[in-house]
Amino acid sequence: MTQLPNSTDRKMGLVIDLDTCVGCHACVISCKGWNTENYGAPLSDQNPYGGDPSGTFLNRVHSYEVQPEQGHAQLIHFPKSCLHCEDAPCVTVCPTGASYKRVEDGIVLVNEDHCIGCGLCAWSCPYGARELDLAEGVMKKCTLCVDRIYNENLPEVDRIPSCVRTCPAGARHFGDLGDPDSDVSKLVAERGGMDLMPEMGTKPVNKYLPPRPKDTIEEEIDILAPLLAPVAEEPQGFMGWLDKALDKLPGGAN
Amino acid sequence: MTHQQPILDTSPKVSDEIRKTTCYMCACRCGINVHMKEGKVAYIEGNRDHPVNKGVLCAKGSAGIMQVNAPSRLKAPMLRTGPRGSGQFKEITWDEALAIAVGWLEPVRHEAPEQLAFFTGRDQSQSFTSFWAQSYGTPNYAAHGGFCSVNMATAGIYTMGGAFWEFGQPDWDHTKLFLLFGVAEDHDSNPIKMGIGKIKKRGARVIGVNPIRSGYNAVADDWVGITPGTDGLFILSMIHVLMKAGKIDLDYLSRFTNAPVLVNASEGPEKGLLMRDADGKMLVIDRNTGKLTPFDQPGVRPDLSAVYEKDGVTHRPVFHQMAERYLADEYAPEAVADKCGIPAKRIRAIAGELARVAFDEAFELDHEWTDFRGEKHSKMIGRPVAMHSMRGVSAHANGFQTCRALHVLQILLGTVEVPGGFRFKPPYPKPVEAHPTPHCKATPDTPLDGPHLGFVRGPEHLALKEDGSPARIDKAFTWENPMSAHGLMHMVISNAHAGDPYKIDTLFMYMANMSWNSSMNTKGVMEMLTDKDENGDYKIPHIIYSDAYSSEMVAFADLILPDTTYLERHDCISLLDRPICEAEAAADAIRWPVIEPDRDVRGFQTVLIQLANRMKLPGFTNEDRSPKWKDYADYIVNHERKPGIGPLSGFRGEDGSKTGRGEVNPEQLDKYIENGGFHVAHIPEGADYYKPWNAAYQDWAVGMGLYDSPQPYLFQLYVEPMRKFQLAAEGHGERQPPEHLRQRVKDVMDPLPIWYETDQQGNEGFTVNALTQRPMAMYHSWGTQNAWLRQLHGRNPLYVPTKLMRENGLQDGDWAKVTSPHGEITVPVMEMAALNDNTVWTWNAIGKRKGAWALEEDAPEATKGFLLNHLIHELLPAKGDGMRWANSDPITGQAAWFDLKVKIEKAAAPADLQESQPAFPAQDSPVGTGPKELKWKVGK
Amino acid sequence: MHPAPSVIIFTTLSGLGFGLLFFLGLGQPAVTGTVAFVFYVIAFGLACGGLLASTFHLGHPERAWRAFTQWKTSWLSREGVCAVGALIVMGLYAIGAMFLDSQWTLLGWIGAALSLATVFTTSMIYTQLKTIPRWNMELTPAVFLSFSLAGGALLAGAEAVAPWLLAIAGAVQLAYWAKGDKALEASGTNLGTATGLGDRGAVRAFEPPHTGSNYLLREFVHVVGRKHAQKLRMIAFVLGFALPLLLILTPVQGVVIKHLFAALAVISHLAGVATSRWLFFAQAEHVVGLYYGKR
Repeated sequence: MTQLPNSTDRKMGLVIDLDTCVGCHACVISCKGWNTENYGAPLSDQNPYGGDPSGTFLNRVHSYEVQPEQGHAQLIHFPKSCLHCEDAPCVTVCPTGASYKRVEDGIVLVNEDHCIGCGLCAWSCPYGARELDLAEGVMKKCTLCVDRIYNENLPEVDRIPSCVRTCPAGARHFGDLGDPDSDVSKLVAERGGMDLMPEMGTKPVNKYLPPRPKDTIEEEIDILAPLLAPVAEEPQGFMGWLDKALDKLPGGAN
Repeated sequence: MTHQQPILDTSPKVSDEIRKTTCYMCACRCGINVHMKEGKVAYIEGNRDHPVNKGVLCAKGSAGIMQVNAPSRLKAPMLRTGPRGSGQFKEITWDEALAIAVGWLEPVRHEAPEQLAFFTGRDQSQSFTSFWAQSYGTPNYAAHGGFCSVNMATAGIYTMGGAFWEFGQPDWDHTKLFLLFGVAEDHDSNPIKMGIGKIKKRGARVIGVNPIRSGYNAVADDWVGITPGTDGLFILSMIHVLMKAGKIDLDYLSRFTNAPVLVNASEGPEKGLLMRDADGKMLVIDRNTGKLTPFDQPGVRPDLSAVYEKDGVTHRPVFHQMAERYLADEYAPEAVADKCGIPAKRIRAIAGELARVAFDEAFELDHEWTDFRGEKHSKMIGRPVAMHSMRGVSAHANGFQTCRALHVLQILLGTVEVPGGFRFKPPYPKPVEAHPTPHCKATPDTPLDGPHLGFVRGPEHLALKEDGSPARIDKAFTWENPMSAHGLMHMVISNAHAGDPYKIDTLFMYMANMSWNSSMNTKGVMEMLTDKDENGDYKIPHIIYSDAYSSEMVAFADLILPDTTYLERHDCISLLDRPICEAEAAADAIRWPVIEPDRDVRGFQTVLIQLANRMKLPGFTNEDRSPKWKDYADYIVNHERKPGIGPLSGFRGEDGSKTGRGEVNPEQLDKYIENGGFHVAHIPEGADYYKPWNAAYQDWAVGMGLYDSPQPYLFQLYVEPMRKFQLAAEGHGERQPPEHLRQRVKDVMDPLPIWYETDQQGNEGFTVNALTQRPMAMYHSWGTQNAWLRQLHGRNPLYVPTKLMRENGLQDGDWAKVTSPHGEITVPVMEMAALNDNTVWTWNAIGKRKGAWALEEDAPEATKGFLLNHLIHELLPAKGDGMRWANSDPITGQAAWFDLKVKIEKAAAPADLQESQPAFPAQDSPVGTGPKELKWKVGK
Repeated sequence: MHPAPSVIIFTTLSGLGFGLLFFLGLGQPAVTGTVAFVFYVIAFGLACGGLLASTFHLGHPERAWRAFTQWKTSWLSREGVCAVGALIVMGLYAIGAMFLDSQWTLLGWIGAALSLATVFTTSMIYTQLKTIPRWNMELTPAVFLSFSLAGGALLAGAEAVAPWLLAIAGAVQLAYWAKGDKALEASGTNLGTATGLGDRGAVRAFEPPHTGSNYLLREFVHVVGRKHAQKLRMIAFVLGFALPLLLILTPVQGVVIKHLFAALAVISHLAGVATSRWLFFAQAEHVVGLYYGKR
């Protein structure tokens, strides 16, 4: 059913910390592994050992350079997968009802048995979150590991998306963004979590934590400089200082 | 209308079984859960209980499933049928393969065992492979450390009895400032990512010093885009500033380092050596009494300041020499700023921040401990500054001294082995004295006289023959590079081809892609491997190679011994070797066959045992001439280095209850498997900091079998063995350096860290630094055969800073000609702004030779991808003195990859320029190519 | 956007087909018997051929029937419903015209409305996409409707209205291009908003996530050279509107020549609309391209 639910009980999603992501692609491959073996059709690869290899991935890590007006350019690694938008255009455009948003947790899913592979949902998504699998002819997208997060065959601690579980830097957080008291909501509030392309009106559930300010150490020189006041200008003076300093050590003076 | 949605099974079965083993997609050795369905690998995730990765797993690790199914896997033993380099082979049986190998190896052992050169590349079983080589009797054994980061390892061991690599780690839980130098995702990759994540969560500051702002440096709060090769100068400048401001930990220096030890100032053969008593104990002045006394006596307060007068000579402590040297104006920030490419203000600010955090944010842990002098301390003082560094500073010809400088900086701040600082992982700390010295005496039909590799204490330990010529084929431990603790694998083929210092019969290599990305001068190496003498015979007569995959090197071997993948084998990640310990625990691990090979392949270590058994090598044979072990698993369980100490420390003793020391337990591997593939022994609280001096740790380590007796020691700010080499160069002692090296030995073997410009001869006109980095998702050449990973990094542009792009009229996608004194490549470029203005770089080992790795010949790795290796020679440009000067650190022989200087210009874009240059003809693939489509799903 | 032949054929042919059905439904021309048969074969051939072509790009055409279920929300579903409705109604109407010599006027009007509605729903599939600012404009339905009506009029031989409709379609086309060229910028979406990093400095795409290609790049990123596009626009405008107008307005002697000119006008128009449609897709910038540093 491609009508969006009026509201969802929870808004499960990801919070991605751009200040911490080192761009290692761990989430990309972990996602590929889990979702190749699990939900729906495998994520196929075309020409995997040939001239133009390509494949279906539900999560990809971009990188951007930001050149501030002053100072060094910065490099920001930028993981991107489905944002499970509250106002998900990919759902409403679907002609068959294959695309839907779950009322209990807000996860946007594709019912692969009903998908005709028309691609319109991918067209409607500003974020590039959906990829048509060439082998299977159906649309694939991040499921927020719906087959992990409630899976009673997994230990409770593992009932999180595979990208979150694997992220070495801890740059990915999972939780209920509809609950203002959840850890993820607090993180978003503290760090000024942001939406991608807010002007699209999609109301993404996933949030991005912006990088903290960088390259500020020289500005702190006024605080730091006094720490570096020379104890002596000449080597002899240094030895004099040393002698006194040694006396000051615990048990130093006779 | 109510919302309708499909009913979904949110609890599908995940797998039939989880088998826990150790990853081998890189050198990090994380624990993995291999989910099995119907006997096949269905999914791989990190093992939450594992000490290394605690559940997380990198891209490589998760892609292991695509390595285990890779079409590049070798299928059976092979004998070369075409010319070397062609890739033409026929499959043979293991019986035939072993017979051929023994047919080559046995006569060599009878006549001149040094004519076997046995070098292993990314080997994780070095304690075993070296044991094999020692039993065989050749002096010519090493792994790949010499072309990796031996500078870092050696500088660390000589200075503080432990190194960065994965042998130590920041105290992530307490660190407030993390200073990271030149790390290109080399070692301990997941732990560093986890650590950075942890400290960023606390809001602690990360400073990255690296010409390239990618990866860890991209998330650093402050980035120092230093000029390559000047890290040492930058560090010494910060030492200058900190010493001048008195922001150094005097208490720590006086108690735990050789800063207060007196240096002999008398002219003669002992000048510059540390003063010692009759028992060889270093002497200090006790500040309590003003008297000369051994450093380790109870109640002694070693004096950093006092001097010792005798016979009219003033003997001064090490610290005096340091003050004299580092307070000099040549190290002032203003004096080094231009060379380092860092404004003086910034150098001061960083030094200031180090001082602020180390001293103003110092804290205490309420852990009582007793030091080696018997003094009780009620608290542990924390200095929350941690540092880490790796190959970026290491792979320069001044890398050893730079690494030393970095350790000296850490020690001056008192941040090693303290809360919040950098800490060792067992079996470290371990002073130089507890390490072996190198051995090289080859005798027919006899094992070598001791371990190959070690730490020289002076010229007496050099691996020289009686005539003074090098005993080893790689010239390790010679005057050219006296402290080459890891050997020089990058010189083996070149030297063997030149017959310098002597000719060899058989080159036996394991997991080392020497004909491609693991060699400098790649084209030259390919020529050397295929070069013939006047009789039409190959100059290197026999080449045996073992690898699991169809790498470029396979084509250059005569005999291929196909290895298994990492999920099909036994391995041990041993405390005798490079274990997986944490700062708070000793830990080791195994691999075991979670799947059986579907091909006729054998684990290389098992093959070595089978070869040893056929040759009846002494260490492998019982007195009744029966073999001791049938395979590697048998060895892992039953081998004892010393009574009660074997490759694995856990579950020892007949009932498996003993740790560290204990009798052989036949059930040991099963116990490991039950325990998740690893074993952890925690260091007791209160023993887990100040380990080199902490009596509780020392006693625990003896109990574990790490030492035979407590080994407390002082950090060596002043490295006495280096002074011994200088003394020789000054004319003292029997072993004398050859004249052409005398001055260099004097200059570089300085016992206190120095910085020198690397040899720039021949670099006129080549002004741009050129570097490589390893992408986080690839492990050297391995990632390319992996269907998932190669989609991430299937080609590598040359990243060029904005300034050089503009100067050369370049745009993204243009091609540029890059020239070095040695060679020329033509490659695609891409602009990068967050990059040192005078540095270009690319990802390493993405470029592939056509026909290798079971890829189709039009693979982007083989057409667009390229190696920088073509621009780097293993020798420096000839100086006209008839000598071969290695492109290596003159102290350790570390390959100086990052000293490369180039010039860059826009390449005309002829229509036929579709491929990076140089391009080489295709090798035949001995394994064919892969399928056109993958839909990998194991379960139904 | 990737200019997939299937969608270009679909929108071009079915637009023309439903345009003709619209006029036939209105009794323009009021044909019966064999003549009607010829007209309806052409109209249904174009409309159905187009619809059939549109299924070529589906991953699972055998499930296409499911596309009729979501008319409440999905313009694609609505298009399917309208198209089938139009074809059924006009089919009945055609049976009357061909075999019963009857013009069921009401049915014809309903069929005409459904035909036009089909074209409108098709246009809304594109218009609704905020992700493609060049399509997300009122002028998009105007283009589809005006083209369909002009083409339908040409085919129907509606001499009175055809010139006017051609002229209107041509004008709409020019307006669409003019506004479309500014649409991405006017949308306010750029790499800065896409990454949320825009207020920190100038954002530039660095390494792509994969060096290999992917569905998104193949589907959404298509770069047409500016000069090439200008040339194609000229061709589309001349063939689609100027030449047909000239051909039908040129006074000629004799039915054969007149029909020949009319046929030429139709062919020219068809080629022009196809070219315009190729540009419609090829020049459309999907905002996903921003993430890849492309547009």
